[in-house]
Amino acid sequence: MTPSIEAVGLTKRFGETLALDGLDLVAEAGQVLAVLGPNGAGKTTFIRAVATLVQADGGELRVAGHDVRREPGVVRSLIGLAGQYAAVEPTMTGRENLEMIARLFGQSRRDARANALRVLDQFGLSEAADRLVRTYSGGMRRKLDLGASLVGEPRILLLDEPTTGLDPRARIELWDAIRTLVEHGTDVVLTTQYLDEADHLASQIVIIDHGKAIAAGTPTELKQRAGHSVVEVHVRDSLDIVRVAAALAELGDGEPQIDEATRRVSMTVPAGTAQLIAELPSLVAVGPALEDIAVRHPKLDEVFLALTGQSLETPAESPKRRNRQPAAVA
Amino acid sequence: MAIAAPAAHRASLSSSTFVIAKRGALKFLRTPQLVVVGTLQGAMFLLIFRYVFGGAISSGGLSYVNFLVPGFITSSVLFGGMGSASAVAEDLQAGFIDRLRSLPIPRSSVLTGRVVADMAMLVWSLIITTAIGFAVGFRLHGSVPAALEAFALCIAFGFAFDWLFIALGMISGTPQAAQGIGFMVFPFTFISSAYVPVLSMPGWLQSFAANQPVTMMVNSVRALTQGQAATAALGHPAGYFVVRSLLWADAMVVAFAPLAVARYRRG
Repeated sequence: MTPSIEAVGLTKRFGETLALDGLDLVAEAGQVLAVLGPNGAGKTTFIRAVATLVQADGGELRVAGHDVRREPGVVRSLIGLAGQYAAVEPTMTGRENLEMIARLFGQSRRDARANALRVLDQFGLSEAADRLVRTYSGGMRRKLDLGASLVGEPRILLLDEPTTGLDPRARIELWDAIRTLVEHGTDVVLTTQYLDEADHLASQIVIIDHGKAIAAGTPTELKQRAGHSVVEVHVRDSLDIVRVAAALAELGDGEPQIDEATRRVSMTVPAGTAQLIAELPSLVAVGPALEDIAVRHPKLDEVFLALTGQSLETPAESPKRRNRQPAAVA
Repeated sequence: MAIAAPAAHRASLSSSTFVIAKRGALKFLRTPQLVVVGTLQGAMFLLIFRYVFGGAISSGGLSYVNFLVPGFITSSVLFGGMGSASAVAEDLQAGFIDRLRSLPIPRSSVLTGRVVADMAMLVWSLIITTAIGFAVGFRLHGSVPAALEAFALCIAFGFAFDWLFIALGMISGTPQAAQGIGFMVFPFTFISSAYVPVLSMPGWLQSFAANQPVTMMVNSVRALTQGQAATAALGHPAGYFVVRSLLWADAMVVAFAPLAVARYRRG
């Protein structure tokens, strides 16, 4: 079966910045591919290239077998785009928005109305359908945006950071909506900064950084390579940090990460809770020095570190990353 | 093997232009501040010039109200255009234009939709400003066909300025910047024959005022609606101003439409 998306050696330069630096990527049909990477990795540029909004300088890019450079019109009729785009017009109602997009897909007024109704129903927006979108909550707008990308019945859905800026509940609702779409046979390619999002939604993940793919695999494969979990402890007294770090180092293969300022030491371990429980005795010696201890999923930079041996060069935590990983025992 | 594109999945130029234009018009009409402020501001301007300043301005053989209203109507065409520069900049900034470009519609429909919406808004505001003009005492002194010609000319001027403002909107980064740059239209509306006769200005301003496009446009509307009295006051028959104003309008479209299109294509 033809892959949904095939990128070979894609390059794109914006002035001084090299946004895409030889990106290779394949999204197979019938799956959800998550493109995971930090800010500036090239995720949005990649999605824009697939959506024919930007032309790559070099390399090949095919959507469902059609070259985006030679057949952009065909590509546009096959894709739906949602996420960071303000597809929704605040001064129109939800229904008007969906009908507008449907008509722009060439549907007749009657078909547009029917499809709009279907999508409104699908996303639980029927009650709010005739209210102006400026009265909608953030979560409702995102759902409408997602709906707008579907009203044309696309073959491939492109989602650019779909849950950025949403509160946890809206996030989960959107995930459910996306999962339902996948069950109905739409191919999905989404970009995200959040490992848990990629983990929850995708059957395949490609990690990109600096415009290149640096790892690809199923979520399980990647986590195995990067370490399943992270044990993180909060040390009471900074004098004990070195001692605690040494104890933690016994749990895994790599180096413990130390943050002096917050007195946190974290260590990627190959297995999760089970291991922690088994190895608890070895931590007893440093027990009194610990203020708290948690097991959590690896954050993106820890995955990077494990995969590339280099730490992620992220600037200060972006204001968008409001969703901290909850400190739960997995 | 490539997947075939679904057959009906492309909108025609006319239907996509209509849909995009409808959205542009609704966006304006449903933003109360824009509609109310635009109309109120215009009406206030007219009232101030007509009743407060009017007595002090000598307008040749025409009564001031008959002199003023053509100027007011023509310059309101320009002020309306400023709004579309902001609208275009806002659409670009918010990603709406991008969204449209990812759809299987003819590329030009984004711009044609914008122009059609603007023209519809223009006709609407022309009707309102003309009505206000009549309400404060403006009267026709030319033939009815000439008056209709004046109306049609205003639409043509609006079309020409629309391209200028669309290009401006595409070039400025934000709606605020677009509005700021749009204010540069002020010298053209004020240093013209719109509100006062050019001959009343100091010599060094007159050469600019006498030959700039807004003066030509205002005077053609004035000559067409006021007939003989205007010709005497302005020194030339209607045809003189009509021809020159249409030349200016053509030049503006030729200069700015390709600029707007190129900027849109480059994205």
